[in-house]
Amino acid sequence: MATRLQFENNCEVGVFSKLTNAYCLVAIGGSENFYSAFESELADVIPIVKTSIGGTRIIGRLCAGNKNGLLVPHTTTDQELQHLRNSLPDQVVVQRIEERLSALGNCIACNDHVALAHTDLDKETEEIIADVLGVEVFRQTIAGNILVGSYCALSNRGGIVHPHTSVEDLDELSTLLQVPLVAGTVNRGSEVIGAGMTVNDWTSFCGSDTTATELSVIDSIFKLREAQPSSIVDEMRKSLIDTYV
Amino acid sequence: MSSAMEQDTGMFKVQQTIGSVLCCKCGVPMPPNAANMCVNCLRSEVDITEGLQKSIQIFYCPECGCYLQPPKTWIKCQWESKELLTFCIKRLKNLNKVKLKNAEFVWTEPHSKRIKVKLTVQAEVLNGAVLEQSYPVEYTVRDNLCESCSRFQANPDQWVASVQLRQHVSHRRTFFYLEQLILRHDAASRAIRIQQVDQGIDFFFGNKSHANGFVEFLRKVVPIEYRQDQQLVSHDVKSSLYNYKYTYSVKICPVCREDLICLPSKVASGLGNLGPLVVCTKVSDNITLLDPRTLRCAFLDARQYWRSGFRSALTSRQLVKYFVFEVEAPVGEATVGGQKYALSYVQIARESDIGKMFYVQTHLGHILKAGDQALGYDIYGANVNDDEMEKYRLRVKNGLPEAILIKKCYDEQRERKKGKPRAFTTKKLPMEMDESRGGRGVDPEKMENEYEEFLRDLEENPELRFNISLYKNKDYQESETASMTDGEGAPTVPIEELLADLELSEEEEEEGDDEDEMDE
Repeated sequence: MATRLQFENNCEVGVFSKLTNAYCLVAIGGSENFYSAFESELADVIPIVKTSIGGTRIIGRLCAGNKNGLLVPHTTTDQELQHLRNSLPDQVVVQRIEERLSALGNCIACNDHVALAHTDLDKETEEIIADVLGVEVFRQTIAGNILVGSYCALSNRGGIVHPHTSVEDLDELSTLLQVPLVAGTVNRGSEVIGAGMTVNDWTSFCGSDTTATELSVIDSIFKLREAQPSSIVDEMRKSLIDTYV
Repeated sequence: MSSAMEQDTGMFKVQQTIGSVLCCKCGVPMPPNAANMCVNCLRSEVDITEGLQKSIQIFYCPECGCYLQPPKTWIKCQWESKELLTFCIKRLKNLNKVKLKNAEFVWTEPHSKRIKVKLTVQAEVLNGAVLEQSYPVEYTVRDNLCESCSRFQANPDQWVASVQLRQHVSHRRTFFYLEQLILRHDAASRAIRIQQVDQGIDFFFGNKSHANGFVEFLRKVVPIEYRQDQQLVSHDVKSSLYNYKYTYSVKICPVCREDLICLPSKVASGLGNLGPLVVCTKVSDNITLLDPRTLRCAFLDARQYWRSGFRSALTSRQLVKYFVFEVEAPVGEATVGGQKYALSYVQIARESDIGKMFYVQTHLGHILKAGDQALGYDIYGANVNDDEMEKYRLRVKNGLPEAILIKKCYDEQRERKKGKPRAFTTKKLPMEMDESRGGRGVDPEKMENEYEEFLRDLEENPELRFNISLYKNKDYQESETASMTDGEGAPTVPIEELLADLELSEEEEEEGDDEDEMDE
């Protein structure tokens, strides 16, 4: 189910949190309402970790991860790294990478099987991504934008991309990612979907400006209505080659 | 989202089909835009016409059909015209904040005193989306007489400046010619009223500068002397504003074409001893005097003329018909002012007294032949009431010339053409006749004859036609017998000189009136 919330009166929820199938990261310094929203959905299922990265609160945009691992930029301090390693489950590999483009959340969009990467990413980084996250990496653009992490939100069951994406691009991406995709908006017409919402296989969180129409689009593309946490986390599901009509 | 996907594998570019997203507010599928909202939702969110004027009052003068542009200008516009639209849009404030795309009138009942204009404006909203919106503006029209109309209403005969044009001669030829000149140059277009009086015409203007302009025009075409006077009408003590009525009293010099003049000795010696008997051949802004004996010409401009102010001894009224019996070979030739003259001796006799033959010199040797008729002044038999002439007669030894021929007479040829309409017509100024003098006003039959003579003059003299517009007479047909004339026919205006008249419906009526007056 999609939930609407705000972080300190700001609707860009995807900036201050990162949600995967195995864990959830949230920024520190916000009100308890923010955490309780997450906890009410996720408390017994996956750990919710409060952290900062490089002293900043924009953790959603700085790190990229899935159930297999987490990649953090070189600006992460040792304490933060250690804190993460301690708090997250053991099967999640936390790796700090030296990369010129340090906002990994903006440059990498991934689910548990496949990832889209910024076209200018280092070859090494690409290899690390493939290794740590266990995914297949594709360098792509979305609607002509190279910041793939910002302009799309991806889960194992579906994805939303920038509204100006053409039909041909949509088909191409869908074929690559092997999930149904839709071009849509979040937070009352905002195109920056990756920053506006965060999603995993059974739940998602959006900014409170999100209209009912957008919410219904999110619910249907990510198939959140019938989803239960347990059935997803344990299984490996084969995604369908499908385009959402 | 459309499922029609054509991956066009062209060489360089893949075809991009724009998909559709759902409007974030209402959920209708729409192509994506900067706001990602459908137009209706966007319109409901943002109103770009906020703060723009939607109703305004304008003032209209019902007499002259003008609209007021404050503070003082009145602009004449037709109902629902382009000028009115421009005027209405100009009256709106704040319109520079948005971009105006289109404006048009919405129909309103003319009696409702409302004008409705639908404006389409464009402005940028939210994050770069440009929104276009139409909205109506209502103008309430209020009636308010403009200043000139209210002044006119108070006193319809109100004029500010008048030009009283006079020429103290017994004929009206100059005024006919002037009338045509004025029409051609549109000099009296701003006159409120034109009135014909006994020896002249009065023009009334609403503005002193208009009257001044008219007097300047007259100065260029005839030799005039004028004086200007003013009369105080009202006086605003507080702001020291004085309202005057201005009157220009303009006198045209009484010397006309074809007049015989005996110059006073001072003037004659001033012009290089020009023989005191001279013929006036042309009057424009200066007077051309031709000495028929020496074929010398002199020009007098207005100032020079009015310094001496001599009058003609004999005018064209006193022209007498002569028969020409014999023309000798010219003894001298000259071309003066574009006109050729040849000096030769002729034998002539008056029509009324053929027995008495005269042997005189004439300057018309180039056009006279034996058997012609000519018009000239009969000095032998005339009783001339002119001091200068008397003085000259006493001074000169051989006596005055017995006759001076002025022009060739085409009466015989005209007989053949009698009853047929002319090839051209002329227009007339809208003049009022002077009723106030009772019977002493202008005699209409005399006017007719004079006008007929004026037209004959036009036909005979191409240089007179130079500044005048003549219009084609629609009823005139080339007669078949015109080609088979024995000898020369009466001179006519060649068809190339005639202008085709404007075929406006009101003009046609005027033309009809002209023709009725013109046909013999």
